[in-house]
Amino acid sequence: MVKKEMIAMLLAGGQGSRLGVLTANVAKPAVAFGGKYRIIDFPLSNCINSGIDTVGVLTQYRHLRLNTHIGIGIPWDLDRNNGGVTLLPPYEKSSNSDWYTGTANAIFQNLEYIESYNPEYVLILGGDHIYKMDYQVMLDFHKSRKADVTIACMPVPWEEASRFGVVVADDKGNIKEFEEKPEKPSSNLASMGIYIFNWSILREALITLKDQPGCDFGMHVIPYIHNRDHNCYAYEFNGYWKDVGTLGSYWEANMELIDIIPEFNLYEEFWKIYTNNDIITPLYFAQDSKVERCIIGEGSEIHGEVYNSVIGSGVHIGEGTVVKDSIIMRGTSIGKNCKVDKAIIAERVEIGDNVEFGVGEFAKSALNPKVYAFDLATIAENSSIPSDVKIGKNTAIDGKTAPEDYPDGVLAGGQYIIKAGEM
Amino acid sequence: MVLAGGTNNRMGELSRKRAVAAMPMAGSYRCIDFALSNMSNSHIQKVAVLTQYNARSLNEHLNSSKWWDFGRKQGGLFVLTPTITADNSSWYLGTADSIYQNLDFLRHCHEPYVIITSGDCVYKLDYNKVLEYHIDKKADITVVCKEMPEDTPGLSRFGIVKMDDEGRIVNFEEKPLVAQTNIISAGVYVIRRRLLMELIQKAHDEGRNDFVQDILIRYKDVKKIFGYKLEGYWSNIAMIDDYYKTNMDFLKSEVRDYFFRQYPGIYSRVEDLPPAKFNPGSDIRNSLISSGCILNGYVENTILFKKVYVGNNCVIKNSIILNDVYIGDNTVIENCIVESRDTIRANSSYIGEAGSVRIVDERNDRYIL
Repeated sequence: MVKKEMIAMLLAGGQGSRLGVLTANVAKPAVAFGGKYRIIDFPLSNCINSGIDTVGVLTQYRHLRLNTHIGIGIPWDLDRNNGGVTLLPPYEKSSNSDWYTGTANAIFQNLEYIESYNPEYVLILGGDHIYKMDYQVMLDFHKSRKADVTIACMPVPWEEASRFGVVVADDKGNIKEFEEKPEKPSSNLASMGIYIFNWSILREALITLKDQPGCDFGMHVIPYIHNRDHNCYAYEFNGYWKDVGTLGSYWEANMELIDIIPEFNLYEEFWKIYTNNDIITPLYFAQDSKVERCIIGEGSEIHGEVYNSVIGSGVHIGEGTVVKDSIIMRGTSIGKNCKVDKAIIAERVEIGDNVEFGVGEFAKSALNPKVYAFDLATIAENSSIPSDVKIGKNTAIDGKTAPEDYPDGVLAGGQYIIKAGEM
Repeated sequence: MVLAGGTNNRMGELSRKRAVAAMPMAGSYRCIDFALSNMSNSHIQKVAVLTQYNARSLNEHLNSSKWWDFGRKQGGLFVLTPTITADNSSWYLGTADSIYQNLDFLRHCHEPYVIITSGDCVYKLDYNKVLEYHIDKKADITVVCKEMPEDTPGLSRFGIVKMDDEGRIVNFEEKPLVAQTNIISAGVYVIRRRLLMELIQKAHDEGRNDFVQDILIRYKDVKKIFGYKLEGYWSNIAMIDDYYKTNMDFLKSEVRDYFFRQYPGIYSRVEDLPPAKFNPGSDIRNSLISSGCILNGYVENTILFKKVYVGNNCVIKNSIILNDVYIGDNTVIENCIVESRDTIRANSSYIGEAGSVRIVDERNDRYIL
């Protein structure tokens, strides 16, 4: 195998449970974003745009959608004779067969994959952020500082710093201290979960820490390497970077795309985001349609009115329906005369006529108030909603629902219908 | 074999930039996508596209065979352009000559049958059904025919076919003065490969170069030539009006349903453009909008191809705006076809007549990225 200077390992195995029913059947990196994309398209496109042509994608939780989406990597030009994209799920071994127990453990279990390319550097990426970043610039930084590890960091508001791993670094970026989710952060420079390691250093650390339960980069590997006086540097990144880990931040990040000049601009020519799109037909607007402040994917048919929304490909919106402040993913069909207000509707959902979303007042979610906040109604993929029902705020629906599931035709605020196990 | 080398002066200014087969169609496609997708959907994996006239756009479009799922170990997508050889230094002199110049390609194939189609028709057809019919009728050549409505104007610009009850073609006239029937040749032929090579060689030896005139019509009483009736939508792009009308047909839900939703689909080159964006002030009615567009104005009965920018307070009606056009603020466009990559200055007005569309090709410099 030809030696590669740097290969990327993309961690895409997590469920992302804070996205609630959106990730009931699909891993978070495969969740749709921005009309036609999926979250993983952003790090994958960054890789190819940065000239990295060898990417291992570590999958574990519900990886079918990821597998079909990535395939052999054609949309990202990662179908290579030498390198390209490889999906790496956990596998059985003669002893010690194990799931991936932590981020670093997942890499450890794929030592063989990395070894086969014998790289100088390994880039570790997460599959759950929206950003554009040239990893080659980060590698130049890494080389110029003669670093052993470089952590991409960005300044965050102080009050949020305790959610992240934070680093204390000097002017040159040399890391003095590293704190994982500290209660009293001593810096607001947060780790973005993007690392460049010298492969020899990382390899040694992974092998030494192989028996560490739940071996994690932030918790174990970085402190281990830092304590051994290796050169750890912080690479400050000041571009757009958005965590889409919660329903609220996911909704917000989508809505930011519809600003007139969005901070995160998909329409730039020089850093394209690629995705696997099988729907390429133009979208159609009927005579009575109305649309403002939206982005809409290919092949959708809009007969109603759509405002302030992000609509995926192949969506059908019936006559008289008004959609506001919502996210509707690919293949979903909404009947006539519905009112959709602040809803996140996942893929291939069937919604009848005269359905109303967002009725009533704020109510705390009875399912999980930490997940279902933000006044959003969240509908899982492949669900169906019968005609003539009303759905309140902070609600969740997963499965084929019938009129009898809605007492008096209403799913009150904070309530939920989860029909698990049914397909 | 897809014959995509031709031009047509009735396409007017639109043909300056590209061959008819490369004309943008239905928002996100080009004409030739329909023939190529039909090939792919009929599981034909060895496809040759014969090009000659201004093939730059076409070659760009055919830059990878993966869009139509051709790049297989068996077969592939072949672009055959005229080349200078020891025996020949001329361009393709006609459809038969274009096949003659690639006779070696045919000779080295092992497939028993050849489908010949043109690259400038919009239709869906399973060629296997035509082949089954061809074998069933023990035909020498099968011509796909389309029954046009009785009152279609301009029938005489097609090849007019007369069939007997069996389906055999008893009369075939190319562009007659008066059309005797309303059945026309759709420009799709099935023929055994060895017979095709033999007829093409013979035509060449006699100095004849046209497939329809010198093979179909000349041999109609000698060979068994059958007609296969194509059901469903078919349109040929031969002049500006055809082009305008065929595009506008996609505003009808049954045509969209037939091509866009019903299996099998039509494929095209993927350009990785972002979703269309609708800013405040946009108002879209009965229109098709492709990916990469950014809209700020009023659009009605219009087809916007990819990457069109529509400025504030624009009014666009009954028009076709081709790929990558920038339309400045306060512009009015009615009954026009705006040529691709054009830049329309702010505060301008382009009004064509209903029934006779105006072609807009300004070639202004673009200052805005």
